Amino acid sequence: MQVPAPFEYERATSVDHAIELLNRLGSEARIIAGGHSLLPMMKLRMAAPEYIIDINDLSSQLEYINITDDEVRIGALTRHQQLLESDELAAIMPIFRDAEKVIADPVVRNKGTLGGSLCQADPSEDLSAVCDALDASCVIKGLDGERVVSMHDFHVGPYETAVADGEMLTEVRIPRRSGSSSAYHKVERRAGDWAVASAGAAVTMNGDVIADGRVGLCAVGPNLTNVQPISDALRGATPSEELYAQVGQIAADNASPSDDTRGTAAYKTHLAKELTVRSLRKAVERATGQSATSNGGVA
Amino acid sequence: MQVQMTVNGEEVSKEIEPRTLLVHFLRDHLGLTGTHWGCDTSNCGTCVVWVDNEPVKSCTHLAAMAGGHEVRTVEGLEVDGELDPVQEGFIQCHGLQCGFCTPGMMMTARALLDRNPDPDEATIREAISGQICRCTGYSTIIRSIQWAASKERETAVSLGNTAIEGANA
Repeated sequence: MQVPAPFEYERATSVDHAIELLNRLGSEARIIAGGHSLLPMMKLRMAAPEYIIDINDLSSQLEYINITDDEVRIGALTRHQQLLESDELAAIMPIFRDAEKVIADPVVRNKGTLGGSLCQADPSEDLSAVCDALDASCVIKGLDGERVVSMHDFHVGPYETAVADGEMLTEVRIPRRSGSSSAYHKVERRAGDWAVASAGAAVTMNGDVIADGRVGLCAVGPNLTNVQPISDALRGATPSEELYAQVGQIAADNASPSDDTRGTAAYKTHLAKELTVRSLRKAVERATGQSATSNGGVA
Repeated sequence: MQVQMTVNGEEVSKEIEPRTLLVHFLRDHLGLTGTHWGCDTSNCGTCVVWVDNEPVKSCTHLAAMAGGHEVRTVEGLEVDGELDPVQEGFIQCHGLQCGFCTPGMMMTARALLDRNPDPDEATIREAISGQICRCTGYSTIIRSIQWAASKERETAVSLGNTAIEGANA
């Protein structure tokens, strides 16, 4: 029987109240949202917070997908299911639906949240790769107000984020760019499992040329956000199978996976390359209107 | 701590440890052992119950988090001695063998049919993809859910006809 170590339970009534509780209770307090990362960690006693602050009542403040001409703002408490089902989001950033279809299972997706996924900072967590490919920023709130950090700075290391004691992640902001689209590919052993490896790509086209492109990788190394050589190779390049293969090779060269029950390091390195190729190809097809799925261009 | 919630329409209030998981609260504190406790890792889905009309895995949900909310368990499927069509379907189509996965399967199936009265097989498979039948009896589970869907559609048609006849009378 798996049971968490004892803790005290508090329920936040507002974001400010949650931050006040975090500051009052100190570094042994943790926020619980969907609980599908934190509770398993607590059951295994890999985490043993003394205080749990439940933010599930804060949906009016933290559960939303707001799309404007310039950017998309998603509240930290937005559930996987909402990210999956939003047609508006899928129309401009199809990478979300690609990824959410293969994250856990429908019942888990009812509870799990975007903010919880990012704050867990598991190197095998899909939404981190998605947000990195999309060049997202994270809004972190504390007693002194908000600060905005890039995904690159948000992920300090495996299971470590830029969110300090007394602070919480409240929102993810993603820039919208004209002529852009995105895609995500994952290989898993069975439905709903963690990735053996996965890759997400987002590209912005300027006519026939890639103006800007990013790839987020998952489960092939401790912290593979913002692989700069990939973005350098894509900038100004004309899409071709040769280009995708070249970029896939850069992804493989930057991957540092380990052997585990999900596969050998060699297999995962191969997947880093192949899934990067597939995601880039799909993202470009969508951005240039060659794919049945609508492209993400801002009219 | 004191936790209060509605379970199958009844108000309950109990003194619990904050670390009590919803599955143990239901089984050990309320004696509602219809909800099964399986893998403990949110993989097998036999512990699925509804919180505010949404299926959740109760092994990965604190009882405290359900405080102030409405919980529905497999015991709440039957209403006034009448089985839910999903329960009937599982009887008619041999939807259970050992019965271990059944409560979670039925709660997920009920939620699916409430959202989508006419799901195709792929949709049903996707809906129960977070649940494991250790007898591997998926085909009959899918048939049971299809049976329930079809019965509900027939009932809806006949109720509709009755209403039309009533209006014409």
